[in-house]
Amino acid sequence: MSALVAVLVAPLIGALSAVALPGRSGRIAAWVAIVTTLAAAVALAASVISQGMPRLAVGSWEPPVGIVLEADGLSIAMIVMTALVMTAAALTARHMLAGDTKGPRIAFGFWPLMLLLWAALNAVFLSRDLFNLYVGIELLSLAAIGLVAIEGKPEALAAAIRYMIFALAGSLLYLAGVVLVYGAHGALDIGVLVGREPAETDGLALALMTVGLMSKTALFPFHVWLPPAHGGAPAPASAMLSALVPKASYVILLRLWFDVMPDQATDAALTLVATFGAAAVLWGSLAALVQSRVKLIVAYSTVAQIGYLFLVFPLAGGGSEDQPWAAGAWNGAVFLALSHGLAKAAMFLAVGQWMKVRGSDCLDEMEGLATAMPMTAFAFALSSITIVGLPPSGGFTAKYLVMTSAFAAGQWVWALVMACGGLLAAAYLYRPMAMVFRRADLSAFRLPSRAQQAVPLALAGAAIILGIASSGPFETLAIGRPQTAEAGL
Amino acid sequence: MTGPTLYALTGAALVGIGFFGLISAQHLLRRVVAFNLIGSGLFVFLGAAGARSGASDPIPQALIITGIVVALSASALAIGLVVAHARASGRPTLPEEDGEA
Repeated sequence: MSALVAVLVAPLIGALSAVALPGRSGRIAAWVAIVTTLAAAVALAASVISQGMPRLAVGSWEPPVGIVLEADGLSIAMIVMTALVMTAAALTARHMLAGDTKGPRIAFGFWPLMLLLWAALNAVFLSRDLFNLYVGIELLSLAAIGLVAIEGKPEALAAAIRYMIFALAGSLLYLAGVVLVYGAHGALDIGVLVGREPAETDGLALALMTVGLMSKTALFPFHVWLPPAHGGAPAPASAMLSALVPKASYVILLRLWFDVMPDQATDAALTLVATFGAAAVLWGSLAALVQSRVKLIVAYSTVAQIGYLFLVFPLAGGGSEDQPWAAGAWNGAVFLALSHGLAKAAMFLAVGQWMKVRGSDCLDEMEGLATAMPMTAFAFALSSITIVGLPPSGGFTAKYLVMTSAFAAGQWVWALVMACGGLLAAAYLYRPMAMVFRRADLSAFRLPSRAQQAVPLALAGAAIILGIASSGPFETLAIGRPQTAEAGL
Repeated sequence: MTGPTLYALTGAALVGIGFFGLISAQHLLRRVVAFNLIGSGLFVFLGAAGARSGASDPIPQALIITGIVVALSASALAIGLVVAHARASGRPTLPEEDGEA
């Protein structure tokens, strides 16, 4: 129970202290908060696995009046992944954004914003109240927009404003859905809404919330803000934005469709959502193929990977009696979200270190980095294995689960899209890899320390381990998993 | 026409006006105002939804107050960004939309 509170409160206190305390002590407070939140995340996961789901009615007010926080398997999987990515990004930022190289503004602003982002993510993963989720994703968007604009360059500001327009429009659409749900049922707690009488406005409410969250997740055709925003932010910020922020709105979508309103999921709606996902896979991959900056390649790859996540909606439960495991597609989608988070953060951190050495992220500037910085090149290669979906990575396990569900359900079109996406990913990731492994003499450049280079490697390794040791996370996800994940929508 | 219905229609009209502004305006400050109009319309609608059972319902009031705080912080950040963008680029519009303005 105390760990449940700590993962929310520690980053918030850290963010406030990092603003309020002057100079060095603010930085120390931020690091205390980072270490505390990481420890609390691990403790929370351990307690959920050993003792079941902790539930906290805030201020002892029970729903429908009060707000409930609860940690299930999906929550803790996301919270632990978030903690790993955040810690890695912070370790990288400590050197990359030091005050002497980038100006005092970034060195000051980065820490409170990243802690606020962390608190918002954990709040979204734990909340069981639709309005509390709205406040959570709004705080998340505000912190994320701040991180995009943090360098204050004109392009970054324009990217941040475009991101803001999509994010605020998404929030308002989600809020409109929440208002309709409250108007129809007089409750916003997910636990209360599960047993509701379906009302006429439910379909419209779900549609509004889904479109709003799709805009925040950057699903095609709402993806246009993502590449400039993620490509323009400093590398540790890009890692958090790309690996974590879309996952928060996606988790809300999973809860809405599988927990709150599975009865509203018509075949046409499911096919439509997955069609957007399929279009995102193909469009994002093709756009990544033609980029000339490595950061934009990685950002467009996020557009494509987000598309895969939305294939779960028609596939969940498909032909479940033919499968050796329960909830294959649902587990696969969550696995994909986890492994993509780890791998994408590793990629951005590796590219960030290359950029710092070469001063640019143009493809042509990447020559010779594999010999100069072998650990980061290895991290990028391992992450590519996960993104492409080759065994034994977490990405492979995820795609294998979703694909077998697609075949079992006879919906082979989605499997074909996934196969094409995998091939295209191999093609667009080959271009930076080939450049990095080309020979060139970089002995004149100042290289980051080995400890720095090990950070992305650790994240990329975690994404691979997720595939090798998948049975532990697999059982964890079953804690509190909705019935509909097994039976289908 | 009863009070709650009137409130709900007012809220719907505000959302509509805000939505029109969001789509038609190029000036970024106008877009921020449009966001605020949509948000206010939704809050009015939510207040009307709370009054439907006759007695007033305290939960929408608490939600609206929270929502106003969230909207205020979002507007503050938005205006800060727009001002910084206008100072850096000399224009109050997004780069690729200049031609249409």
